[in-house]
Amino acid sequence: MTLSRTWATALRVLRQLRHDPRTIVLLLVVPCVLQILMHALFTDTPQVFQKLGVPLLGLFPFIAMFIVTSITMLRERVSGTLERLLTTPLARGDLLVGYGIAFALLAAAQAILVSALSFGLLGLDAGHAAAAVVALAIANAILGMALGLFASAFARTEFQAVQFMPAFVLPQILLCGLIVPRDEMAGWLQAISDVLPLTYAYDALARLASSEPLGARFWADVVVIAAVTALSLALGAATLRRRTG
Amino acid sequence: MSVAISIRDLRVVRGGREVLEVDALDVEAGMVTGLLGPSGSGKSTLLRSIVGAQIVDGGSVVVLGLPSGTPALRARVGYQTQAPSVYADLTVLENLDYFARIAGVDGGRVQEVVELVELGGLEPQLAVTLSGGERARLSLAAALLGRPEVVVLDEPTVGLDPVLRRSLWKMFHELAVRGATLLVSSHVMDEADRCDALALLRDGEVLATGTPGSLRERTGEDDLDAVFLRLIGDRGPE
Repeated sequence: MTLSRTWATALRVLRQLRHDPRTIVLLLVVPCVLQILMHALFTDTPQVFQKLGVPLLGLFPFIAMFIVTSITMLRERVSGTLERLLTTPLARGDLLVGYGIAFALLAAAQAILVSALSFGLLGLDAGHAAAAVVALAIANAILGMALGLFASAFARTEFQAVQFMPAFVLPQILLCGLIVPRDEMAGWLQAISDVLPLTYAYDALARLASSEPLGARFWADVVVIAAVTALSLALGAATLRRRTG
Repeated sequence: MSVAISIRDLRVVRGGREVLEVDALDVEAGMVTGLLGPSGSGKSTLLRSIVGAQIVDGGSVVVLGLPSGTPALRARVGYQTQAPSVYADLTVLENLDYFARIAGVDGGRVQEVVELVELGGLEPQLAVTLSGGERARLSLAAALLGRPEVVVLDEPTVGLDPVLRRSLWKMFHELAVRGATLLVSSHVMDEADRCDALALLRDGEVLATGTPGSLRERTGEDDLDAVFLRLIGDRGPE
């Protein structure tokens, strides 16, 4: 891996995005609109908005980057650019980390914007620290990117890649504890929830939003998020085969 | 003459069928070698084996003295895929800038290859808005950026007008004069005459190799299409 090639890849991905302003606007505006809707839905029960607002803020980038990465990587495979890149001196790590940098920057913009709106205008309480929520949102975005990258290896068409979003992401949202607290779930659902990465992302965000001390469990969540990200990136790298049939 | 690419007993099996079976093929250094054969004859599979993108089921491919696909070769071999592999949502210049950074060359070299493939003036245009021929040349330009010693081009002149085709072949020969080895595939027999050496491929096997002149002499035919037909005939029906 070299710094210049990693950065070149990040720059290339950002330039591709720049030529697609509609996607950028959608990525930035949609989470804001959803947050405004949440706020309006729970005007009479602000404690519900408070409970859901922070976790949602941290989960938007996860979902967005999962989709964006799985489609981008699929396009890279289908267009032949991946085959070309893998015959050049570019290391697979350059490609993955380059993607990571570009999408982390995008996720940061998204998280900062939604945070400013939520904590500023909508009166959401950031709990421990707004900056920590933004940082966790970026970490979740990179997790989403890593999982999307891995998932894209199993998609042959863009239709399939889009369907991976509900397949990979929705069950995690259902089971992470956002909709039904984990201790109220049936045992087998809890067991599934235990092995899904989003469970830990949600738990960390919920702890940040609460007024309780963070505790060791918060840091354990962060370690799990980082470990799953690293594992997914390694698995994703393994799917980038230099030689194909 | 030294050999830049040496292939022995190469086998590629796809879907239980042997799609490539090359017992021996040597590509001379510093020459333009044409890989000719009909569509489906295994040209792309052979080229992909040379650049290390193809899973092979046996045999050896040695490029510049190293087994194909070894990391040290990646900076020394330039490869243009059959379908133009460039980013449709980037401009001509942004595409070349990215591949230049990977190859470790500067903006001056980008301008040079733009001139080489005659894309001057189109630098700010998005690749998606280019014509098929222009996009193919952009893909070619990207392959040439790093001044590779071995240039592997998969049908680089398809769909180009005759004037442009002639100037690209001229450019290939200029690269060869400066020491590069070029292996260029085509399914159009009239391009064979533009090559220093030829390898004719059919059904995944090398039918014949030699200069256009020597193949004419061997078959007693003047027209290269007829040369090809005669060579198939000599082999007898499959």
